[in-house]
Amino acid sequence: MKEHVLVVFPHPDDETFGCGGTIAQFTKSGVPVTYVCGTLGQMGRNMGKPLFANRESLPIIREVELEIACQALGIQRLIQLGLRDKTIEFEDPELLTDKLEQIILEVKPSLVLTHYPGHAVHPDHNALGDVTIRAVSRLSPQERPTVYAHAFARDCQDQLGKPDIINDITDVAEIKLAAIRAHRSQSQVILPRLSNGQFKNPSSKNSYNHMLTRESFWIYRFL
Amino acid sequence: MNPLNKSIVQTELDRFLNREVYLHLETTNGAYAVHRQESNMTVGAYIRNGLIRFGRGIITGAGPYRVGLKMEIGWVYAEGLTDYEIDPEGRLLLAGHDQEGRLAVALELSLSPFEL
Ligand SMILES: [Zn+2]
Repeated sequence: MKEHVLVVFPHPDDETFGCGGTIAQFTKSGVPVTYVCGTLGQMGRNMGKPLFANRESLPIIREVELEIACQALGIQRLIQLGLRDKTIEFEDPELLTDKLEQIILEVKPSLVLTHYPGHAVHPDHNALGDVTIRAVSRLSPQERPTVYAHAFARDCQDQLGKPDIINDITDVAEIKLAAIRAHRSQSQVILPRLSNGQFKNPSSKNSYNHMLTRESFWIYRFL
Repeated sequence: MNPLNKSIVQTELDRFLNREVYLHLETTNGAYAVHRQESNMTVGAYIRNGLIRFGRGIITGAGPYRVGLKMEIGWVYAEGLTDYEIDPEGRLLLAGHDQEGRLAVALELSLSPFEL
């Protein structure tokens, strides 16, 4: 099968914070990446520091940030689902699954990156991860792409065991950092913590600890 | 947005009196409040494009500010407002931000529906 990575996440910046390094490694090695982004993160709380966005301008600003981040990561194609932040779990899952299935049949990915349903904290993450996995499971076992599921709930290792993939991303840390910077409205608050070296300190309890060094995934096992 | 100016906002509220007004009202401590151990509950509520009419609308407090809109059969209330903006579409945007610049409360009024 021809290699092609399909990334499915609900919010602009999920692709960067969760797996920007992994995406950059694929695109650097010539593997095309298509990103399906569910919403424009309309209900985000971060408005820039100092403040430069408001509730109504935020989606317009985040759409531009997303385009710049995609360029930084080498993402070839961006598909927006046009959903609204915080509402995905209330949509009809069958309709969303149909939509994802159509995209999968068109893109024919060899690998899908999405959130691990039930282990990804934000209800939108869990809901979109769920319909993505439903869409993949409609394919016959031979046709199914591998699914790398991203989980980060505090108890996810207790529930799921150790991640199957622990990806060293130090070779593309600068690219990931550029994508983090591109999501300016969302990253200004954490950037000082990233750049003062806390992310390199192995004893730091800070959750930004590993952001520029490794990314972990579970391979989703279909029943 | 700019630090909330009470007299400007009061004049703006009066502009919406006794008219059909679209309301965005929201409060949140963020989807990650429990995950980040900032709180033991994740709470939030919002209404987008509530269609209301109010005959009395007041801003009060010494900052952060409170707004109450008195309707014929009820009230709209928001507390913790720190910043305001009248955007190019003439909508009144009020919000309360914490020290990190994160939105905690918003109350917005418009004569036409807000985008979905
Ligand atoms: Zn997200």
